Amino acid sequence: MADPTKVDPIHQFALSDIVLLGEFSFTNSSLFMVLTTGLIGAYLILSTQKRAMVPNRVQLVSEMLYEFVANMVSDSAGKAGMKFFPFVFSLFMFVLVANLFGMIPFFFTVTSHIIVTFALAMLVFVVVVVYGFWKNGFGFLRLFVPSGVPGYILPLVAVIEVISFLSRPISLSVRLFANILAGHITLKVFAGFIVSMGGLGWFALLTPLPLILTIGITALEFLVAVLQAYVFALLTSMYINDAIHPGH
Amino acid sequence: MEAEAAKYIGAGLACFGMAGAAIGVANIFSNFLSGALRNPAAAAGQFSNLIFGFAVTEALGIFSFLVALLLLFVV
Repeated sequence: MADPTKVDPIHQFALSDIVLLGEFSFTNSSLFMVLTTGLIGAYLILSTQKRAMVPNRVQLVSEMLYEFVANMVSDSAGKAGMKFFPFVFSLFMFVLVANLFGMIPFFFTVTSHIIVTFALAMLVFVVVVVYGFWKNGFGFLRLFVPSGVPGYILPLVAVIEVISFLSRPISLSVRLFANILAGHITLKVFAGFIVSMGGLGWFALLTPLPLILTIGITALEFLVAVLQAYVFALLTSMYINDAIHPGH
Repeated sequence: MEAEAAKYIGAGLACFGMAGAAIGVANIFSNFLSGALRNPAAAAGQFSNLIFGFAVTEALGIFSFLVALLLLFVV
């Protein structure tokens, strides 16, 4: 879509180099990843510095986030899963803040690139597989043999279970990536409608319509940003539960 | 047929996938609602299952939207 009068929703996802470092470069994506991590670290450390028994507002937010993720991990993965709590909490906070940063105008959305979400999903997958084999040995393969399946159909079910297991990193990464990408493209396209409506003579009186729609879609995008972070963390906890207690 | 035209037709066809996802999401919420109205005390405990089921089902609709976007903007 090189037509300049048409809306180009893809340009917002373009990477631009800020600092060239030989083969690699520090891009706008890297900058926002650093900002995300910096904000999370700074907020969590500074808000809990006083360690008040009765938390003030800033400490309360950190405590609420901690408790929310802790409850989610212990509900999905049990007591043994709590040793993965720092991992799941880091993932949740990173995806949440990265998604929310993308909602700010002119900020780059880190999670709108498949390579970023794929890296996170592969990290989860590798952690699950490595820990699963390390903790259970070959008993980890019991995950692919659900109980109560008649013997003659077992090979087929096992193959299906293996394929569905191997598709986990793909679905995990594409779910987050596609939600964020689709949302931002939709926002850009509808915002373009507001501007192009204004230039259509008498139809400019109808401009509030795409404006209201864009406001609604922006609200939806905030919900999606938070929800997708929650779903990513919840699925990670459930996969870790599979690694700790394989076998349905 | 030119590639440009085929892209647009393909993008339109890809949107049919969202019909299945929409029905699936509606199923989840309608079952939750009918269960919650029968047993409101247990409803709060199942809320996180609801959100999880919604997200994995919606993901499939988003995959089809993604195919449409890929055809329009990336191919």
